[in-house]
Amino acid sequence: MRPYAFVAALLVFVALSAGAQEIKIGGIGPVTGEAATFGVSTKNGMTLAVEEWNAKGGVLGKKIKLVFADDKGDPAEGATVYTKLIQQDKVVALVGTVMSKVTLAGAPIAQAAKVPMISPTSTNEKVTQVGDYIFRACFIDPFQGTVGAKFAYNDLKARTAACIFDVGNDYTKGLSENFQKAFLALGGKVVAYEAHPTGTTDFKAQLTKIIQAKPDVIYCSDYYNDDALIATQARELGYTGPFVGGDGWDSADLVKIGGAAVENCFFTNHYAPDATTPAVLTFVKNYKARFKTSDAPDALAALGYDAMYIMLDAIKRAGKADGVKIKEALAKTDLAVVSGQVKFDANRNPIKAAAIIEIKGGKQVYRTTVNP
Amino acid sequence: MKHFRTPKLSLYALAFYALIMALSLTGLINGYIQHIINQSLIYVILAVSLNLINGITGQFSLGHMGFAAVGAYVSGAITTLVFKVSPEAGFAGYAVFVGGIVAGGLAAALVGVLIGFPSLRLKGDYLAIVTLGFGEIIKTVLNNIPAVGGPRGLLGIPKFSNFSFIFAAAFLTLVVIRNLVESSHGRALVSIRENELAAELAGVDTTRYKVLAFAVGAFFAGIAGGLFGHLLQIAHPTQYGFMGSVLVLIMVYTGGVGSLTGSVIAAFALTFMSEGLRIVIDSLAEATSLPIGGEWRMVIYALLLVFIMLFRTEGLMGTKEARFLVIGDPAKEGTR
Amino acid sequence: MGSIVNTQQIINGLQVGSIYALIALGYTMVYGIVRLINFAHGDFFMLGAYAAYAAFYLFNTWFAKGSGILAFIVLLASMAAGGGVALLSNRFAYKPLRYKPKLSSLITAIGVSMFLEYFFSALPAIGPSFRAFPTVLPKRQIPIGQATISNYVVIDLAVAAILMIGLTLLVKKSSLGKAMRAVSQDKDAARLMGIDVEKVIGWTFLIGGAFAGAAGLLSGMTYPRIFPYMGIQPGLKAFIAAVLGGIGNIPGAVLGAYIMGLAETFASAYNSLLGEGIAFAILIVVLLVRPRGILGEKIADKI
Repeated sequence: MRPYAFVAALLVFVALSAGAQEIKIGGIGPVTGEAATFGVSTKNGMTLAVEEWNAKGGVLGKKIKLVFADDKGDPAEGATVYTKLIQQDKVVALVGTVMSKVTLAGAPIAQAAKVPMISPTSTNEKVTQVGDYIFRACFIDPFQGTVGAKFAYNDLKARTAACIFDVGNDYTKGLSENFQKAFLALGGKVVAYEAHPTGTTDFKAQLTKIIQAKPDVIYCSDYYNDDALIATQARELGYTGPFVGGDGWDSADLVKIGGAAVENCFFTNHYAPDATTPAVLTFVKNYKARFKTSDAPDALAALGYDAMYIMLDAIKRAGKADGVKIKEALAKTDLAVVSGQVKFDANRNPIKAAAIIEIKGGKQVYRTTVNP
Repeated sequence: MKHFRTPKLSLYALAFYALIMALSLTGLINGYIQHIINQSLIYVILAVSLNLINGITGQFSLGHMGFAAVGAYVSGAITTLVFKVSPEAGFAGYAVFVGGIVAGGLAAALVGVLIGFPSLRLKGDYLAIVTLGFGEIIKTVLNNIPAVGGPRGLLGIPKFSNFSFIFAAAFLTLVVIRNLVESSHGRALVSIRENELAAELAGVDTTRYKVLAFAVGAFFAGIAGGLFGHLLQIAHPTQYGFMGSVLVLIMVYTGGVGSLTGSVIAAFALTFMSEGLRIVIDSLAEATSLPIGGEWRMVIYALLLVFIMLFRTEGLMGTKEARFLVIGDPAKEGTR
Repeated sequence: MGSIVNTQQIINGLQVGSIYALIALGYTMVYGIVRLINFAHGDFFMLGAYAAYAAFYLFNTWFAKGSGILAFIVLLASMAAGGGVALLSNRFAYKPLRYKPKLSSLITAIGVSMFLEYFFSALPAIGPSFRAFPTVLPKRQIPIGQATISNYVVIDLAVAAILMIGLTLLVKKSSLGKAMRAVSQDKDAARLMGIDVEKVIGWTFLIGGAFAGAAGLLSGMTYPRIFPYMGIQPGLKAFIAAVLGGIGNIPGAVLGAYIMGLAETFASAYNSLLGEGIAFAILIVVLLVRPRGILGEKIADKI
């Protein structure tokens, strides 16, 4: 019987892997499936952080071992790998995962096992509400939407806006919902509110409708791959106004795909790649060298790196690879990382300001900082 | 009463249950393996119930996970939103949970009847498109009901599902569907698969039986969905999309069309294979220090899938059943 | 209604439909002759796009960008990749199962599809990230009254029309086409009549795969972003279009594709939150009215 053979193999593996002199950190992300590109960026960020720490001698005098598991962007698979890392690999802490829906399937498992975890990129408010062992390194949905609305209203002087988002993706829908709420509160008017199906490449049906409503600004809360196509198609349909978006826009591929169409586009981000803080400079340089690329790392890589840094820093300050101690140390985090000086609020969400990035001449340029 | 005699099946099932419980209590299998077993059993329910529609009755449904979605959301809404119970509530909580799961199954069965009706007119791949479309429509509807979270998913479902519940549900599914297949109704279903027109001429009410197959299959898929939701503590529209249905379809056909035993084995084998490959890949990377990681796991999974079908073209079991799943004369085995 | 049904939205729908039509053409051919729901067809489409990408960067130093010669080489590369891989997958994954239950090859088709997607995503040289597709031919916007149409829409429409006519002629007039129709009706009888069934099926896969590859190139040009999973959605839509038009019916597949494109566009314009659901509901209604597809013929059941 096949299952027994697997059980036997698993037991042998447990016996072999016991008793190593290292600290195991679990990493989770979708490295296969349609979200794979986001998972790989995050994984690269985590890997880089672990390698940098190991080069400096590890943590608590031991080498750090990143045990990475793929969740395929699927909640069921996510629940399985969280259980695997905690029960099988006995990791002391978890960094993961990328998509909120998967993190929400994993967080209760980490909370029940009292293993501290930090999600690099899950923006859904509910994630950290699961319990006191659950942290995140990124903005939450309401924050970016609100900042985007303030920027569009105050800086771009827009009075009418349109939203476009992915109907099946909670991140993009959440951002648009909160943008709409904030923009209305400021006194603006939302003249079109359009969704598109996940995985589509043609947005012209929605954009035609949006452009007929003549908005001053389009808030587009998708990821860069869709953003670039949306901007291109909107320009083809004759829209010349600005786009505003969230951190999903951040990628070197945005300009490559969108070309001139993504000029006059603005997005909220954790950091600006042209910023001159030492953390950013080292990160961008090391990332390019380690992964042999000429492109600046995207926001997901930065957040994966930051999340791992925050976790390792907490373990160091905890002085002991113990769940309760690490959790307490995490809550007291005050650390300069790539995305700024990170502190956690009472809900274990990071307190940080958002940078507004503008695409100008094919480059990402820092425009302004907006505080929540 | 002949159809409700299940001595051998019950015996094996009890032995399996006792073994897993014993291994689990003594700590010989950890929470991870327990979780994989739980998940395999849920896939057993899904594969066996899809086999009733696709394998036994010969219809072609590509939207089985749509039924599971109905079950997951209805039962999840009952326990999470209406009664707001948790396992700490004791017996009352579990009563609501079981009631919710059954209600989820019934709701799915209702949808199954709705989909069963178009199937009266459509055959083969045309039916496949309609079931696929229904699955996608269910997803669209779920994405647009804010009360159950829209694209955020239904969150905070209490964790009621455990090995005992899931095992009991899988066992009941197997017994009920086995008994149905072995009954005269089952003969009618098989006759539709073999030759619908001939069946009709022979006096089989094909309309009624096709709807019956969809309703029963959907009911159990709904049960599986409910158990899944209460295991993962989240129900999300994307979990129940086309790719999910394809996975169940793979289980039915690698197990063997029309063989319930095959569906059970395939559900376990593929779930364990998917997890076992993680360990294979990780050990390989460790041993050879090659830069291979999790991204190669699914490559091997896909290759194994092709090889299984090339070397066992009729599926692992063909149309055969294990002896303890056949009622009455064991010599009948494999004659269906 | 002016905001829902207008010239621009019709153009939008036609553009979406043309890409579906290009994929559905190859799909319906293989489907009509081998009766295999080829889940991997969308991945031949993806391979075509990647081959075009590679060919462009390989040859763009030798030929001027935007020149017809470069575009032709890129087209050849995409067709060769799509057709070649289709032929290989037929040889290794489908042929051994030819006379087995047809659903066994359905599972190997899913396996081949998963393999191609995950393999290309795992290969370090390709990887899972999105790539910007080069501008093979310059893009222009042509205004039509209030609306605007891109020259790519015209190209996609023209190519779809030419391929549809060519394929219909091939199947209806040529001796290969005659053999194809014979094989699709009865493999055994065809063999008895001296037709090399495997050769005919091989040609079918080669042509169908090449069409998918060409569609990959056109899709890459129209929507300049490619990634290893880009074939899943279009592959599914092509399957639906092929069935909607009537299995194996070539003009039917094209018609099915345009109906889908227009249905999706109008449904999204009517209510974008429910758009996809409405589009699928339209499909179901069409199938309930025409249970054998729009152009499908009523064939008497054998008893």
